[in-house]
Amino acid sequence: MLELYDGPLNVEEILSRWYNEFKDKNYGAFINFVGIVRDEDGIEGLSFDIYEPILNDWFENWQKKANEKNAYLLMAHSRGDVPNHKTSYISAVLSPKRKVSLKLIQEFVEDFKANAPIWKYDIKDGKRKYAIDRSTPIKGAGILAN
Amino acid sequence: MAKIEFLGPIKRPAIDVEVNSLKELKEYFKDDEELKPWLKICAVSVNDKIICEEDTPLKKDDKVSLLPPVCGG
Repeated sequence: MLELYDGPLNVEEILSRWYNEFKDKNYGAFINFVGIVRDEDGIEGLSFDIYEPILNDWFENWQKKANEKNAYLLMAHSRGDVPNHKTSYISAVLSPKRKVSLKLIQEFVEDFKANAPIWKYDIKDGKRKYAIDRSTPIKGAGILAN
Repeated sequence: MAKIEFLGPIKRPAIDVEVNSLKELKEYFKDDEELKPWLKICAVSVNDKIICEEDTPLKKDDKVSLLPPVCGG
């Protein structure tokens, strides 16, 4: 399940809704990761652009991988501006036993950082600046370079 | 005629270009100095599938997207 929101995520609502939706589905483990925007380098917050068609395919591929292990993935992400100390990203894995979820959340979040088509900007003085130094080229990058 | 989209921070409007392959698109962009730094770091998708081969043919109405380095979360 993939949810996209304009602005910061309502962590309490999202996590409690997910918990209530799945608590009686016989998953023994519910592992979640919540990304909170840190106040560093004088930023006021972060801002995000998302390319949804490829994000949806990327997520569905991961969901299939998780389902093969009897696990289920959940993810929520912000579009647009998210101020410091608010949340822009939540992901969670449900599985019958903890080991599958603990392994999967790490692999999923790392691949998310490397390949999910989301662009991050620092907000300073109310303006967006592309966070190129913290960004990762997608596999295959550079094929149009001369 | 393929439609070329520049995603995220590239900030360019989409254009239509008469090309029959990604190789021809690479040739089309070769003198675009402003785009050059982006081309080195951008991945490319055709109809929303990431492509790693420049010999990929392009058909009429194909959508080519340039995807700069990413950082979600």
